[in-house]
Amino acid sequence: MIIKQISIFVENKPGRLAEITEIIAKNNINIRALSVADTTHFGILRIIVDNPEEVERVLRDAGLTVSITSVITACIHDRPGGLAEVLKLLSTRDIQIEYMYAFIAKSENEAYVVMRIEAEDAAVKLLHDNGFTGMNE
Amino acid sequence: MRKYFNEDIETAPRNQLFSLQSYRLSKTVYHAYNNVEVYRRRMDEAGVKPEDIKTVNDLRRLPFTYKQDLRDNYPYGMFAVPPSQLTRIHASSGTTGKQTVVGYTAHDIDVWATCAARALVAAGADENDFVHVSYGYGLFTGGLGLHDGAAKMGATVIPASTGNTQRQITMLQDFKSTILCCTPSYALYLADALKQNGIGLDKIHLKAGLFGAEPWTPAMRSEIESRLGIKAHDIYGLSEISGPGVAFDCECQNGLHVNEDHFIIEIIDPITCEPMPDGVDGEVVFTCITKEALPLIRYRTHDIASITHEKCACGRTFVRMSKPCGRSDDMLIIRGVNVFPSQIESVLLQSGYVEPQYLIIVDRVNNLDTMEIQVEVSDKNFTDQVRGFEEMAAKIQASMQSVLGIAAKITFVEPNTIARSEGKAKHVIDKRKM
Repeated sequence: MIIKQISIFVENKPGRLAEITEIIAKNNINIRALSVADTTHFGILRIIVDNPEEVERVLRDAGLTVSITSVITACIHDRPGGLAEVLKLLSTRDIQIEYMYAFIAKSENEAYVVMRIEAEDAAVKLLHDNGFTGMNE
Repeated sequence: MRKYFNEDIETAPRNQLFSLQSYRLSKTVYHAYNNVEVYRRRMDEAGVKPEDIKTVNDLRRLPFTYKQDLRDNYPYGMFAVPPSQLTRIHASSGTTGKQTVVGYTAHDIDVWATCAARALVAAGADENDFVHVSYGYGLFTGGLGLHDGAAKMGATVIPASTGNTQRQITMLQDFKSTILCCTPSYALYLADALKQNGIGLDKIHLKAGLFGAEPWTPAMRSEIESRLGIKAHDIYGLSEISGPGVAFDCECQNGLHVNEDHFIIEIIDPITCEPMPDGVDGEVVFTCITKEALPLIRYRTHDIASITHEKCACGRTFVRMSKPCGRSDDMLIIRGVNVFPSQIESVLLQSGYVEPQYLIIVDRVNNLDTMEIQVEVSDKNFTDQVRGFEEMAAKIQASMQSVLGIAAKITFVEPNTIARSEGKAKHVIDKRKM
């Protein structure tokens, strides 16, 4: 349920995101999920990949500022209310989400939500207890 | 309306001024030599004795004084009088490493007020005027300097100080301020604010303004004049010498008359230290010839300007210096506050978040100076959350404000994007059009 996400600092200038994704592509890295947090002057590109440790090293060698963060994934139903269900569950225990994004799974009727949660252990336990599973489970 | 505050001296024949300056210079040199260890040591090293300095022509034999001397002898080591004779302390902005402290006796304050009063009268002020002082009051010399000057020439002072623009606008209207004293950029800011509030020039009573403490251009002068409907006068000063009023412009607005009965101005080549001819830019050097507490001799201001001995149509015989057009060192003047890049660097490094690679970008937006500091992200400060960056920027901004008194925008850029150079790094880009 807990997986490693790679975060990359992206300066807000034309073409920069393209250059970074080019570096990722050249190193034969497949992005399974991504999100970009944007502010006026910079963004944070967050990606989920298969071999985070190796990818971190590759990107760092390419001169990027990179960090690895653990995030929680949960499989949800790909139907109206699927996301609300998991968020409501977390909110009943006052578990706060720092940021999140979602993507559709390869199998039908399923989607994944990726969440950065400070109270990670409590969140994982709660989700497990309520029958949620993560990616690759 | 009076034309001069001290007509006799302001219009004195040059030869009379020369004699007065020579007499006062000699007296000051004895005073400094006898009471300030630094001067005694420097003059002994240079092989000059006080009795060698008989006229202004001997001035060049004396060693220079530098801002660093004031720092090295912080806080009171350059003072020539005991504490009992001091009346007031002022200080330049800056952290402990860079701050300079200056002191005044009652007589020094009186001379300073007289100089500021001359500037006010030259700008057309008289005892019927309401002088609105929007310079900061405090250790900065701007507020109290103009305040004392206005009181000295018999006007009514409105000690508005800085900030709270809405309230300033109300005061301008209700208190019927006629003379405005502030930084030129704040004058334009006020003009904007008046416009935004739909207050026409018919609702305010200003007729003239005295602006200084930061570099400004003739274009800014015309803009202030047309937008506020006033005559905009230049006033120059620095705390080490006394404060605003060391030099001022008259109704001709063609250069700033130096109060030569109190200060001797020299223009030198900052590298060779040779004197520059009239009309040629060089570094401004001042010698105080009536100062009791801090009699600085040949003080290197680092301001770049020229002088002219040509007679001015206003009748004053004091030499005129041009508007300072730059600095011979790296000091920045941002909204009237003196800042050294090294001070900014130390605040950045003390924050613990930042690498020593940074770039300061100074600009002028809507007539107000702005400062942006670009810092590189690194593994040390990279956080995966936007909130983390916001908190980091807020902390750095807060310490810039509390340590240096300036507002700065913090921008994060990618590592290795700020140009490194060998030797002295270029840390500042000043985009202001001067």
